[in-house]
Amino acid sequence: MEGQLAFYVLSACILGFAVLVITARSTVHGILFLVLDFLFVAGLYVLLQAQFVAVIQVLVYAGGIVILYLFVVMLVNLKRPPEAHKDRHRRGRLGVALSLVVLAEFVMIALFGYVGPGVGAEGGGLSVRNVERVGWMLYTDYLVPFELASVLLLVAMIGAIVLARREL
Amino acid sequence: MITQTHYLVLSTALFFIGVVGVMTRRNVIVILLSIELMLNAVNINLIAFSYYLKSEIGQVFAIFVICVAAAEAAVGLGIILAFYRNKETVNIDEMNLMRW
Repeated sequence: MEGQLAFYVLSACILGFAVLVITARSTVHGILFLVLDFLFVAGLYVLLQAQFVAVIQVLVYAGGIVILYLFVVMLVNLKRPPEAHKDRHRRGRLGVALSLVVLAEFVMIALFGYVGPGVGAEGGGLSVRNVERVGWMLYTDYLVPFELASVLLLVAMIGAIVLARREL
Repeated sequence: MITQTHYLVLSTALFFIGVVGVMTRRNVIVILLSIELMLNAVNINLIAFSYYLKSEIGQVFAIFVICVAAAEAAVGLGIILAFYRNKETVNIDEMNLMRW
Protein backbone atom coordinates (compact mmCIF):
# COMPACT_ATOMS: atom_id res chain seq x y z
CA MET A 1 0.00 0.00 0.00
CA GLU A 2 2.77 2.43 0.90
CA GLY A 3 4.54 1.32 -2.26
CA GLN A 4 1.49 2.21 -4.34
CA LEU A 5 1.16 5.62 -2.74
CA ALA A 6 4.88 6.30 -3.21
CA PHE A 7 4.70 5.25 -6.86
CA TYR A 8 1.79 7.54 -7.64
CA VAL A 9 3.27 10.53 -5.79
CA LEU A 10 6.66 10.05 -7.47
CA SER A 11 5.09 9.59 -10.90
CA ALA A 12 2.99 12.72 -10.54
CA CYS A 13 6.05 14.72 -9.49
CA ILE A 14 8.19 13.30 -12.33
CA LEU A 15 5.63 14.07 -15.02
CA GLY A 16 4.70 17.47 -13.57
CA PHE A 17 8.28 18.66 -13.36
CA ALA A 18 9.00 17.26 -16.83
CA VAL A 19 6.19 19.41 -18.22
CA LEU A 20 7.61 22.39 -16.33
CA VAL A 21 11.06 21.71 -17.84
CA ILE A 22 9.84 22.01 -21.40
CA THR A 23 7.44 24.90 -20.77
CA ALA A 24 9.58 27.17 -18.59
CA ARG A 25 10.24 30.52 -20.24
CA SER A 26 13.60 30.93 -18.55
CA THR A 27 16.22 28.31 -19.36
CA VAL A 28 17.68 28.51 -15.86
CA HIS A 29 14.29 27.70 -14.34
CA GLY A 30 13.98 24.77 -16.73
CA ILE A 31 17.33 23.40 -15.60
CA LEU A 32 16.38 23.73 -11.92
CA PHE A 33 13.12 21.87 -12.59
CA LEU A 34 15.22 19.20 -14.30
CA VAL A 35 17.25 18.77 -11.09
CA LEU A 36 14.03 18.16 -9.13
CA ASP A 37 12.86 15.75 -11.80
CA PHE A 38 16.09 13.75 -11.55
CA LEU A 39 15.78 13.60 -7.76
CA PHE A 40 12.27 12.15 -8.01
CA VAL A 41 13.46 9.63 -10.61
CA ALA A 42 16.17 8.62 -8.13
CA GLY A 43 13.41 8.08 -5.57
CA LEU A 44 11.67 5.80 -8.05
CA TYR A 45 14.91 3.81 -8.40
CA VAL A 46 15.03 3.34 -4.63
CA LEU A 47 11.44 2.10 -4.80
CA LEU A 48 12.60 -0.43 -7.41
CA GLN A 49 15.45 -1.59 -5.14
CA ALA A 50 18.20 -0.16 -7.34
CA GLN A 51 20.00 1.84 -4.70
CA PHE A 52 23.32 2.02 -6.54
CA VAL A 53 21.79 3.48 -9.69
CA ALA A 54 19.80 5.93 -7.56
CA VAL A 55 23.00 7.24 -5.97
CA ILE A 56 24.68 7.43 -9.39
CA GLN A 57 21.65 9.32 -10.69
CA VAL A 58 21.94 11.94 -7.97
CA LEU A 59 25.71 12.25 -8.21
CA VAL A 60 26.18 12.22 -11.99
CA TYR A 61 22.94 13.73 -13.25
CA ALA A 62 21.80 16.14 -10.58
CA GLY A 63 25.32 16.92 -9.43
CA GLY A 64 27.39 16.85 -12.61
CA ILE A 65 25.52 17.09 -15.88
CA VAL A 66 23.01 19.70 -14.75
CA ILE A 67 25.74 21.91 -13.33
CA LEU A 68 27.44 21.68 -16.74
CA TYR A 69 24.20 22.93 -18.32
CA LEU A 70 24.02 25.79 -15.83
CA PHE A 71 27.60 26.81 -16.67
CA VAL A 72 26.79 26.91 -20.38
CA VAL A 73 23.63 28.96 -19.80
CA MET A 74 25.66 31.44 -17.79
CA LEU A 75 28.31 31.59 -20.54
CA VAL A 76 25.75 31.99 -23.31
CA ASN A 77 24.40 35.32 -22.18
CA LEU A 78 21.25 35.61 -24.25
CA LYS A 79 20.28 39.06 -25.34
CA ARG A 80 17.49 37.91 -27.62
CA PRO A 81 15.89 34.65 -26.53
CA PRO A 82 15.00 32.29 -29.37
CA GLU A 83 11.32 32.11 -28.44
CA ALA A 84 10.88 35.84 -29.07
CA HIS A 85 10.99 35.14 -32.77
CA LYS A 86 8.36 36.03 -35.31
CA ASP A 87 5.67 33.50 -36.26
CA ARG A 88 6.49 31.40 -33.26
CA HIS A 89 3.52 29.06 -33.64
CA ARG A 90 4.54 27.83 -37.07
CA ARG A 91 6.96 25.19 -35.84
CA GLY A 92 4.94 24.55 -32.69
CA ARG A 93 1.84 23.03 -34.29
CA LEU A 94 3.85 20.77 -36.59
CA GLY A 95 6.00 19.69 -33.66
CA VAL A 96 3.02 18.74 -31.52
CA ALA A 97 1.52 16.81 -34.44
CA LEU A 98 4.76 14.86 -35.00
CA SER A 99 4.97 14.13 -31.27
CA LEU A 100 1.43 12.75 -31.33
CA VAL A 101 2.50 10.45 -34.16
CA VAL A 102 5.26 9.11 -31.91
CA LEU A 103 2.78 8.59 -29.08
CA ALA A 104 0.40 6.78 -31.44
CA GLU A 105 3.30 4.53 -32.43
CA PHE A 106 3.92 3.61 -28.80
CA VAL A 107 0.22 2.90 -28.28
CA MET A 108 0.17 0.67 -31.36
CA ILE A 109 3.18 -1.24 -30.07
CA ALA A 110 1.46 -1.64 -26.71
CA LEU A 111 -1.80 -2.82 -28.28
CA PHE A 112 -0.51 -5.15 -30.97
CA GLY A 113 2.89 -6.16 -29.68
CA TYR A 114 3.52 -9.40 -27.89
CA VAL A 115 2.92 -9.10 -24.17
CA GLY A 116 4.38 -11.93 -22.18
CA PRO A 117 2.89 -13.23 -18.98
CA GLY A 118 3.42 -10.85 -16.11
CA VAL A 119 6.27 -11.80 -13.88
CA GLY A 120 5.47 -12.03 -10.20
CA ALA A 121 6.51 -8.86 -8.52
CA GLU A 122 6.49 -9.00 -4.79
CA GLY A 123 9.58 -9.72 -2.85
CA GLY A 124 12.95 -9.71 -4.41
CA GLY A 125 16.46 -10.40 -3.35
CA LEU A 126 17.52 -7.42 -5.44
CA SER A 127 18.16 -5.03 -2.60
CA VAL A 128 20.41 -7.44 -0.74
CA ARG A 129 24.00 -6.32 -1.37
CA ASN A 130 22.90 -4.38 -4.43
CA VAL A 131 26.19 -2.56 -4.94
CA GLU A 132 28.21 -5.73 -4.61
CA ARG A 133 26.11 -7.61 -7.14
CA VAL A 134 26.05 -4.78 -9.68
CA GLY A 135 29.79 -4.29 -9.32
CA TRP A 136 30.42 -8.01 -9.68
CA MET A 137 28.39 -8.07 -12.88
CA LEU A 138 30.16 -4.98 -14.24
CA TYR A 139 33.60 -6.46 -13.69
CA THR A 140 32.90 -10.00 -14.90
CA ASP A 141 30.19 -10.44 -17.53
CA TYR A 142 30.19 -6.86 -18.77
CA LEU A 143 33.89 -6.06 -18.53
CA VAL A 144 34.36 -5.27 -22.23
CA PRO A 145 31.35 -2.88 -22.44
CA PHE A 146 32.58 -1.28 -19.24
CA GLU A 147 36.00 -0.58 -20.73
CA LEU A 148 34.39 0.62 -23.97
CA ALA A 149 32.32 3.07 -21.90
CA SER A 150 35.51 4.49 -20.44
CA VAL A 151 36.91 4.93 -23.96
CA LEU A 152 33.66 6.66 -24.94
CA LEU A 153 34.02 9.08 -22.05
CA LEU A 154 37.62 9.78 -23.02
CA VAL A 155 36.61 10.51 -26.61
CA ALA A 156 33.77 12.76 -25.42
CA MET A 157 36.17 14.65 -23.14
CA ILE A 158 38.67 15.23 -25.96
CA GLY A 159 35.84 16.23 -28.30
CA ALA A 160 34.42 18.73 -25.83
CA ILE A 161 37.85 20.28 -25.29
CA VAL A 162 38.47 20.57 -29.04
CA LEU A 163 35.01 22.06 -29.65
CA ALA A 164 35.34 24.61 -26.87
CA ARG A 165 38.72 25.92 -28.05
CA ARG A 166 38.73 29.52 -29.06
CA GLU A 167 40.08 29.20 -32.58
CA LEU A 168 37.59 26.71 -34.00
CA MET B 1 -0.51 -3.50 -6.80
CA ILE B 2 1.96 -1.76 -9.06
CA THR B 3 2.74 -3.84 -12.13
CA GLN B 4 5.20 -3.51 -14.97
CA THR B 5 2.50 -1.79 -16.99
CA HIS B 6 2.42 1.14 -14.58
CA TYR B 7 6.12 1.73 -15.06
CA LEU B 8 5.85 1.32 -18.83
CA VAL B 9 3.04 3.90 -18.95
CA LEU B 10 5.08 6.28 -16.79
CA SER B 11 8.17 5.97 -18.96
CA THR B 12 6.13 6.33 -22.16
CA ALA B 13 4.58 9.53 -20.83
CA LEU B 14 8.00 10.88 -19.82
CA PHE B 15 9.46 9.98 -23.22
CA PHE B 16 6.52 11.69 -24.92
CA ILE B 17 7.06 14.86 -22.92
CA GLY B 18 10.68 14.78 -24.06
CA VAL B 19 9.62 14.37 -27.69
CA VAL B 20 7.26 17.33 -27.39
CA GLY B 21 10.11 19.39 -25.96
CA VAL B 22 12.43 18.48 -28.84
CA MET B 23 9.76 19.19 -31.44
CA THR B 24 8.35 22.45 -30.14
CA ARG B 25 11.14 24.40 -28.47
CA ARG B 26 13.63 26.59 -30.30
CA ASN B 27 16.29 26.96 -27.63
CA VAL B 28 18.99 24.35 -28.24
CA ILE B 29 19.71 24.05 -24.52
CA VAL B 30 16.06 23.20 -23.80
CA ILE B 31 16.21 20.61 -26.59
CA LEU B 32 19.20 18.97 -24.90
CA LEU B 33 17.28 19.00 -21.60
CA SER B 34 14.41 17.22 -23.35
CA ILE B 35 16.84 14.58 -24.61
CA GLU B 36 17.95 14.05 -21.02
CA LEU B 37 14.29 13.50 -20.07
CA MET B 38 13.98 10.87 -22.79
CA LEU B 39 17.11 9.08 -21.60
CA ASN B 40 15.64 9.06 -18.10
CA ALA B 41 12.47 7.44 -19.43
CA VAL B 42 14.62 4.69 -20.96
CA ASN B 43 16.39 4.23 -17.64
CA ILE B 44 13.09 3.87 -15.78
CA ASN B 45 12.19 1.09 -18.22
CA LEU B 46 15.49 -0.71 -17.67
CA ILE B 47 15.30 -0.47 -13.87
CA ALA B 48 11.65 -1.57 -13.79
CA PHE B 49 12.42 -4.67 -15.84
CA SER B 50 15.45 -5.35 -13.68
CA TYR B 51 13.13 -5.35 -10.65
CA TYR B 52 10.41 -7.51 -12.13
CA LEU B 53 12.79 -10.03 -13.71
CA LYS B 54 14.93 -10.10 -10.54
CA SER B 55 18.15 -9.55 -12.42
CA GLU B 56 20.79 -6.83 -12.15
CA ILE B 57 21.48 -6.69 -15.88
CA GLY B 58 18.99 -3.84 -16.29
CA GLN B 59 20.83 -1.79 -13.69
CA VAL B 60 24.15 -2.40 -15.46
CA PHE B 61 22.68 -1.13 -18.71
CA ALA B 62 21.17 1.87 -16.92
CA ILE B 63 24.69 2.76 -15.79
CA PHE B 64 25.86 2.55 -19.41
CA VAL B 65 22.99 4.82 -20.47
CA ILE B 66 23.99 7.37 -17.82
CA CYS B 67 27.56 7.18 -19.16
CA VAL B 68 26.37 7.86 -22.71
CA ALA B 69 24.21 10.74 -21.43
CA ALA B 70 27.24 12.34 -19.80
CA ALA B 71 29.22 12.06 -23.04
CA GLU B 72 26.30 13.47 -25.02
CA ALA B 73 25.90 16.43 -22.67
CA ALA B 74 29.62 17.27 -22.86
CA VAL B 75 29.83 17.15 -26.66
CA GLY B 76 26.44 18.81 -27.16
CA LEU B 77 27.26 21.70 -24.88
CA GLY B 78 30.64 22.07 -26.61
CA ILE B 79 28.85 22.35 -29.95
CA ILE B 80 26.45 24.93 -28.49
CA LEU B 81 29.36 27.01 -27.19
CA ALA B 82 31.17 26.87 -30.54
CA PHE B 83 27.97 27.80 -32.37
CA TYR B 84 27.23 30.65 -30.00
CA ARG B 85 30.73 32.00 -30.46
CA ASN B 86 30.17 32.14 -34.22
CA LYS B 87 26.59 33.36 -34.51
CA GLU B 88 25.66 34.89 -31.12
CA THR B 89 22.47 32.87 -30.82
CA VAL B 90 21.20 29.47 -29.65
CA ASN B 91 18.12 29.47 -31.85
CA ILE B 92 17.75 26.16 -33.67
CA ASP B 93 16.23 27.91 -36.70
CA GLU B 94 19.50 29.69 -37.37
CA MET B 95 21.50 26.45 -37.31
CA ASN B 96 21.46 26.00 -41.07
CA LEU B 97 25.16 26.11 -41.94
CA MET B 98 25.16 22.55 -43.28
CA ARG B 99 21.70 22.58 -44.82
CA TRP B 100 21.72 21.50 -48.47
